[in-house]
Amino acid sequence: MTTMEGDLTRQSATVLADAMAQGEVSAEEVTRAHLDRISEVDGDVHAFLHVLSDEAVEVARGVDRRRAAGERLGPLAGVPLALKDVLTMSGVPTTCGSRVLEGWRPPYDSTVVERLRAADVVILGKTNMDEFAMGSSTEHSAYGPTRNPWDLERIPGGSGGGSSAAIAAFEAPLAIGTDTGGSIRQPAAVTGTVGVKPTYGGVSRYGLVALASSLDQAGPCARTVMDAALLHAAIAGHDPRDSTSIDAPVPDVVAAARKADIRGVRIGLIKELGGEGYQAGVSQRFDEAVEVLTDLGAEVVEVSCPNFEYALAAYYLILPSEASSNLARFDGMRYGLRVGDDGDRSVEQVMALTREAGFGAEVKRRIMIGTYALSSGYYDAYYGQAQKVRTLITRDFAAAFEQADVLISPTAPTTAFKIGEKVDDPLAMYLNDVATIPVNLAGNAAMSLPVGLAPEDGLPVGMQVIAPAMADDRLYLVGAALERALVDRWGHLLIEEAPDL
Amino acid sequence: MTTTAETMPYAEAIAAFEPVLGLETHVELGTASKMFCSCPTAFGADPNTQVCPVCLGLPGSMPVVNRMGVESTIRMGLALNCSIAEWCRFARKNYFYPDMPKDYQISQYDEPLCFDGWLDVTVETDDGPRAFRVEIERVHMEEDTGKLTHAGGATGRIHGADYSLVDYNRAGIPLIEIVTKPIVGTGELAPLVARAYVTELRDLMRSLGVSDVRMEEGSLRCDVNVSLNRAGDDWGTRSETKNVNSLRSVERAVRSEIERQAAVLSSGGRVIQETRHFHEDTGRSTPGRSKEQAEDYRYFPEPDLVPVAPSREWVEELRGTLPELPSAKRARLRAEWGISDHDFQTLVNGGALELVEATIAEGVDPAAARKWWTGELARIANDREIELADVPVSPGQIKHIQRLIEDGSLTDKLARQVIEGIIAGEGDVDDVVAGRGLAVVSDDSALLAAIDQALVDQPDVAEKIRGGKVQAAGAIVGAVMKATRGQADAAKVRALLFERLGVSE
Ligand SMILES: [Zn+2]
Repeated sequence: MTTMEGDLTRQSATVLADAMAQGEVSAEEVTRAHLDRISEVDGDVHAFLHVLSDEAVEVARGVDRRRAAGERLGPLAGVPLALKDVLTMSGVPTTCGSRVLEGWRPPYDSTVVERLRAADVVILGKTNMDEFAMGSSTEHSAYGPTRNPWDLERIPGGSGGGSSAAIAAFEAPLAIGTDTGGSIRQPAAVTGTVGVKPTYGGVSRYGLVALASSLDQAGPCARTVMDAALLHAAIAGHDPRDSTSIDAPVPDVVAAARKADIRGVRIGLIKELGGEGYQAGVSQRFDEAVEVLTDLGAEVVEVSCPNFEYALAAYYLILPSEASSNLARFDGMRYGLRVGDDGDRSVEQVMALTREAGFGAEVKRRIMIGTYALSSGYYDAYYGQAQKVRTLITRDFAAAFEQADVLISPTAPTTAFKIGEKVDDPLAMYLNDVATIPVNLAGNAAMSLPVGLAPEDGLPVGMQVIAPAMADDRLYLVGAALERALVDRWGHLLIEEAPDL
Repeated sequence: MTTTAETMPYAEAIAAFEPVLGLETHVELGTASKMFCSCPTAFGADPNTQVCPVCLGLPGSMPVVNRMGVESTIRMGLALNCSIAEWCRFARKNYFYPDMPKDYQISQYDEPLCFDGWLDVTVETDDGPRAFRVEIERVHMEEDTGKLTHAGGATGRIHGADYSLVDYNRAGIPLIEIVTKPIVGTGELAPLVARAYVTELRDLMRSLGVSDVRMEEGSLRCDVNVSLNRAGDDWGTRSETKNVNSLRSVERAVRSEIERQAAVLSSGGRVIQETRHFHEDTGRSTPGRSKEQAEDYRYFPEPDLVPVAPSREWVEELRGTLPELPSAKRARLRAEWGISDHDFQTLVNGGALELVEATIAEGVDPAAARKWWTGELARIANDREIELADVPVSPGQIKHIQRLIEDGSLTDKLARQVIEGIIAGEGDVDDVVAGRGLAVVSDDSALLAAIDQALVDQPDVAEKIRGGKVQAAGAIVGAVMKATRGQADAAKVRALLFERLGVSE
C-alpha cells in the first residue's frame, strides 16, 4: 500500500483522530479512503449489509466544517465506524441479518448511535451478523456469510462477524458489536482484533434489537486496546431509557489503557477453561502470553470455577427462553415481512406464514427450545434450573475474584474454522462459546485480544481477560500491557500479518 | 344441544346450590403518561397519535416503569388493607394477538406488588343492610393492549371481518388488576355482593384519585368467576365470564351464570371449566375457550426491567396520603345528614351518594339534593338503563335549577322539563329555559288578566267563590294554568284570585 488512502485505512483510530485534529488530513478524506476500501474488498469479505456512502461523507464534511470553525471536538471526531446491524439508526435499514426485517427502517436512534453521533464518529454502514445474533460464524445471516480476511474460506466468528471482519479487513478502524454469549469476543479472537463486552448494564441496550435481554451487551471492536478504550468511553454510561443500565460513573478505561502497568496485578487462570477440547496451537499461544504477563510483573494464580461445566447448558435454556419472547413481535402485523395476506387468510395464518418464511433454521430451533422451556409444567425443570446455575456461576466468579483482580482464559477453543464445517452441527457450533458464555451469565466485563498465530494453521488466537462488574478498566490495564509487550516482540500489531486482500 | 332447560329460575337455583364467586377487576389508572413510556393517556385522540417506539413495541425499544403507576397501585393496595411487597418483579405474559405490539404483555405473575387484603361491602336486604368482607388475593400492575376494530362481517368479531384496524393509543396505558379470594357464604345475595364490591372498588379508586373510572369508556373491566356446589359438597367447577363492563352487568352476569350452571348440574350435567363472553344486550353469556384449549402464557420475569422494591419509608409516606375512605365517609355523612340506615343505603346502592354530596356542596339543601337524585334523576337512569352518574346532568346544574325554583322562576314541573332539555342536548339550564320558553309567568298583571278572563268565562264559579266556597277556586286556577301553558305558580294564582275577589281562605 503506497497510496495516501491505503495508508489511512491501516491507521488506528487514535492516529487518525490525532492527524485530523492536527489538520494533516480531513475527516472527508479519511471517510472516502474507507469507503473506497469497502468498494475494493467487501465484494470478497461481505462485512457490510448496507453502506452509507453519501451520508457518511456528509457527516465527515460537517465535522471538517466545525473543526475549521474552531470548535473543539471529541477524541473520536471524524473517525469512521462500522455498526452491527442489530442497533437502530433512524431511517437506516436494520435487518438483524433476518429476512423478517427486510425493508424496515427504524424511526429512532439507539442510544449507542445517539452517543456515536454526539462523539462525531462517522458511521459507514451496517455490518453482517448471524440472524438475530444467533450463531458463532455469521453463516446464519439470511444475506450470506461474511468471510474472514485472514482466509476467505473461513468464518470471521459470530454473531458479530461483519464487525470483526470490517476492522480486520481495514474497512473501518472501529466497529460496534454486541455480545450475548461471546459475539464480540469470539469474532475478535478469530480475526486477530480486540473486542470488549462491557459490564452488563454498562452500555445502554435501548435500540439494540434484543436477542436475550438479560445477556445482551453492546461493546467496542478495534485493532488496538487504546482504540477500543476510546470507543468504550464514547458509548458507555447510564441511560434512563434502559432500566437495566447502571447508574454509576463509567470506569476510566482510557486512563487504564494509557497506564498499561500490571506490576502486582493478580491474574487468575481459570482451570476449567483450557486443556482438553482446546486446539494445541491455541493453548500454546495462550500459555506463552501468560508467561509474558508474568514477565510484566503480574502474579498469576490458578483459580477454579467448578460450575462453569453447566454454563453452556444453562445458557442454551435462558437464551432461547428470552429469545422466544423477544422475537414474538416479528409477526408481519406492523413492520418488515408479511407473507400470505391474500384477504382470505386469518391473522393467525398470516403470522405463521410470515414467521415460517422470515426466520432461518437456527432462529426457529431456538424459538422452539425456548417456547418449550417456558411452558407450564417444564418451567421449573428448565428455565428455573438454568437460573439456579446462573447463580452458582456468579458465585464461582465472586470466589475467583477474591483471589485475583482479573481472570484469563483462551477466548475460543479453536481458531477460525472453515465455512460450512459446523453449520449443520449446532452442538459443535455452540461449543465455540464455552469460554465466553459464563461471563454473560454473570454480567461481568471481558476482553479478547490477539496473542499470536496458531503454529498449525497460522490463524489468530485470542486471550480472554475477565473483570468483575464495573471494573472494566482492569481489562484495559491488562490488555494494553500485554499488547504493548507483544507488539514490542513482533515489531507490529498481529493484524499486520494478515494477507493482502 | 341440550334438551333440558338452559337456565333454572333464580330462586330455584339458589335453593338447590351455594354459589362461590371470584372477581378479577381491571381498571385503567389515571396517570398522565403510559406505564412504560411517556406517551399521554388522554382518551379519544385520533388513532395511533399517542404512540412511540416503546408502546409500539418497535424492535430495540425498552420499557421504563412509570413511578406514578407504582405509587397508585401501592395506594390502592393500602386502601384495600393489603401487604405491600418489599421486592417484586414484572413478568411477561406471552401470547400472539395483533392488539399486542410485542406479542407479550408486561404484567405481574407470582410476585404481585400488593397481596392479602380485604374490602367490606354492604348490601341492602329485606332485613336491613348486611355486611360482607371480601378478601383480596392480590393487586398488581400491567399494561393495556391496543384496541381492535373489525370492519365488515356479521359478528363484529375478528373472525369473518373483512379487515381489522388497530389503534395503539391504548397500548401501554397502566392497568391495575384486583383479584379477590373466593367469596363464599353470600347465598342468594351473590349478584348483589358482586355489584356492591365492584361499586365499592370504583368509589375507592375515585376517592384515592388513582382513576376516575370512566365505565362508559371501558376503563373498568371485570372477569367474573362463578361455581356452584350443593350444601356440604366441595366447590364445583368454575367458569370465568369475561368483559363484564358495568356495575349492572356484574350483577346480571353472576345471576345468569348461577341460573345456567344450576340448570346444567340439576340435569346431571357437568360444568366445563371455560371462559365465557358476556353480552350486554341479552344479559347472557356464550362459551369461549375451554380449559383444554386454554393458552399457556409462558410467564417469566421481565428481563428488560429491574425489580420494584418500594422502601418501607415510601410505603408509610403513601399510607399517610390516603384520604378519608368511602366507608368512613359514608358513616360521617349519614351522621351529618341524620337519615335512616335504609334511606342512606338507598342512596349508596343507587350510586347517588357522591352526587348528593356534590350537590349539597354546591349549596343545595340536603333534602332537596336527595330528592332530585333519588327521584327524577334515578327514574331517568332506570328508564335508560344507565348508571346514575352517567346521566348527563351535573350537581351544578341541579343547584341552578333549585335556585330558580326557590326564587319562583320555575315550578317543579317546569324544572323536570329543564332536565329533559339538558339530557336532550339543548344546552345548559338557561339555554333550555330560554329555548323552551319555560320561565314561570310571575308578572302579576299577566296573571290578573288571565284570572279576570277565567272569571268572565265561568261566572257561576266566580259567584260560588265570592259566596265563600273557596274549594271552587280550583276551576279558576286550572283555567289560568291552562292559559299560561303551565308556566304559572299555582299557589300564586290562587293567592291573586282570592285577593281579586276580596275573600280570604
Ligand atoms: Zn409510548
